[in-house]
Amino acid sequence: MAYDKFTVLTSTAVPLPIENVDTDQIIPARFLKATERKGFGDNLFRDWRYNNDNTPKQDFVLNNPIYSGKILVAGKNFGSGSSREHAAWAVYDYGFRCVVSSFFADIFKNNSLNIGILPVQVSPAFLDKIFRAVEADPKAEITVNLEQQSITIAATGESESFDINSYKKHNLMNGYDDIDYLQAMKDEIRVFADKSKY
Amino acid sequence: MSQQPATLFDKVWDAHVVRKIEDGPDVFFIDRHFIHEVTSPVAFLGLENRKLQVMFPNKTFATADHNTPTINQHLPVQDPLSANQLKALETNSAKYGISHWGLGNPKNGIVHVVGPENGITLPGMTIVCGDSHTSTHGAFGAIAFGIGTSEVEMVLSSQCIMQPKPKKMLINVDGKIGKGVTPKDVVLYIIAQLTAAGATGYFIEYAGQVFREMSMEGRMTVCNMSIEMGARGGMIAPDETTFAYIKGREKAPQGEAWDTALAYWKTLKTDEGAAFDVVYNYDAADIEPQITYGTNPGMGIGISQRIPTAEVVGGSKASYEKSLEYMGFHENDAMIGKKIDYVFIGSCTNGRIEDFRAFASIVKGRKKADNVTAWIVPGSHIVEAQIREEGIYDILTEAGFQLRQPGCSACLAMNDDKIPAGKYAVSTSNRNFEGRQGPGARTLLASPLVAAAAAVTGVVTDPRDLIA
Repeated sequence: MAYDKFTVLTSTAVPLPIENVDTDQIIPARFLKATERKGFGDNLFRDWRYNNDNTPKQDFVLNNPIYSGKILVAGKNFGSGSSREHAAWAVYDYGFRCVVSSFFADIFKNNSLNIGILPVQVSPAFLDKIFRAVEADPKAEITVNLEQQSITIAATGESESFDINSYKKHNLMNGYDDIDYLQAMKDEIRVFADKSKY
Repeated sequence: MSQQPATLFDKVWDAHVVRKIEDGPDVFFIDRHFIHEVTSPVAFLGLENRKLQVMFPNKTFATADHNTPTINQHLPVQDPLSANQLKALETNSAKYGISHWGLGNPKNGIVHVVGPENGITLPGMTIVCGDSHTSTHGAFGAIAFGIGTSEVEMVLSSQCIMQPKPKKMLINVDGKIGKGVTPKDVVLYIIAQLTAAGATGYFIEYAGQVFREMSMEGRMTVCNMSIEMGARGGMIAPDETTFAYIKGREKAPQGEAWDTALAYWKTLKTDEGAAFDVVYNYDAADIEPQITYGTNPGMGIGISQRIPTAEVVGGSKASYEKSLEYMGFHENDAMIGKKIDYVFIGSCTNGRIEDFRAFASIVKGRKKADNVTAWIVPGSHIVEAQIREEGIYDILTEAGFQLRQPGCSACLAMNDDKIPAGKYAVSTSNRNFEGRQGPGARTLLASPLVAAAAAVTGVVTDPRDLIA
């Protein structure tokens, strides 16, 4: 699945200061029935976002017009639970390109990188600073620079670096994915498979 | 030259690395790939868009389980979206030459039940599926974990995925487990100690007397829930219990191939002196029947205990309060005696024959409580047949329970088996997330014994009080 290159992203942010946001909250199982990858953003955080009669819950952040942007900032252990890539698709389809948290679940992090969302893991202290900055001014901008592996709160100039392996960084900056890489080494895989025990 | 001592995990992982990428993931070869109707359609669509073929169709196995109905499986599936996904799995499997056990096939059932029971899952393998509970297969000494749909497409098209090697965690549980304590209680206890994120970034090896003495089905229950503490997977070294379970199963090696395989499998254990990144030791005597009170599997306690306070638990007080509010519980509440509405026994965690035997052991001679709706869902048709053959069906029927047909069912409520909003369910499944079993549903995770005790009394009950 090709995706847009990721280099530098400057955007306002949507704060979700809740811990252990699992993939059943990001997209409940009953919305996993499509056979195509489209429209999942409509059901992002469905049960936090809408009442049973499909009216918006006014106190949920996605329904608050003062918050918007391409960066989702969430409490620690974001994306735990199910392996459903639909969760990452929903985050992407809604319009987010970057998720910031102090801790990510493994599979969600992998899935995000595979579809062109950058997961940025920051220290708990820096996460608090971002929450405070966005609370003080919902229009506060955050800059994520993948080349420099840095995240900066524009208003205060406070910055922190983040980790990403150079393979994934290269992929994201160029819009390549793992399937491109694997297709280019199929002969090597075939030789390996011939020696396989199973 | 003597080799460095290696862990079981190292031995299996390192034998499957096709290429190492500097400051990047390993190109990791996959021996067995399971697919189901929900996380595979977009992967097949991706193949078509890129004009790719399935590289090794004989290494992938398809079964329908996530959204299948658990009654009237002989009739057309009513929900058009589910029917469409089931059709897509059938069509894609046929198109690419993949073995497919769809609805109505006598081998159909939950992917993590049918893999082992048909001898597809073997020690030393690497196994993936677009489902996080693929960790189940680690019970056989395999490296098994859940993947996303992009990775399903990678495995279909190249039999590999790209994975950084996780760190290694050893969890030892020694001693004898007590009366009424099951493998589910052992793993719920471990998750409660480590929290729902405590093993993120790690692959677990479970060792010690408790796991050595555990049946294969019990080991599957434990490994199944490795993901619920954040680990990609968990594994247990294969031993005589493992070999006895596998021998004679349909797709297991036979004759000379069996002897060769067995010789290799016996090497699959952690060498003395091999290093882990972290080690936890627990004592079986500390484990009583467990139950969860919150909205992640780490929020569990011994059934006789009271719900802890936010201060004791630590972490974000707001998140903790949100969780208890969702559940309708309060700090210091006792769990025993809480009224419940539903009981669900089944799922890839507790949907095997030993689970139904345990459930029946308490139900026998008692009656289902009037206030309880119970969904009893075998993990596969083979399990369903065993339930009938062993007379468990008769015990259930006499007690007022009905047996449903196999599938994932109320574990994730993709089909009609949804717990209504606000209702309490004691469930043998694996997740108590908000809305997991239906919008607004409140889940108490527990063992088949605790589920049975709740089903016959209508309230949370210590199963030890009902065991002779």
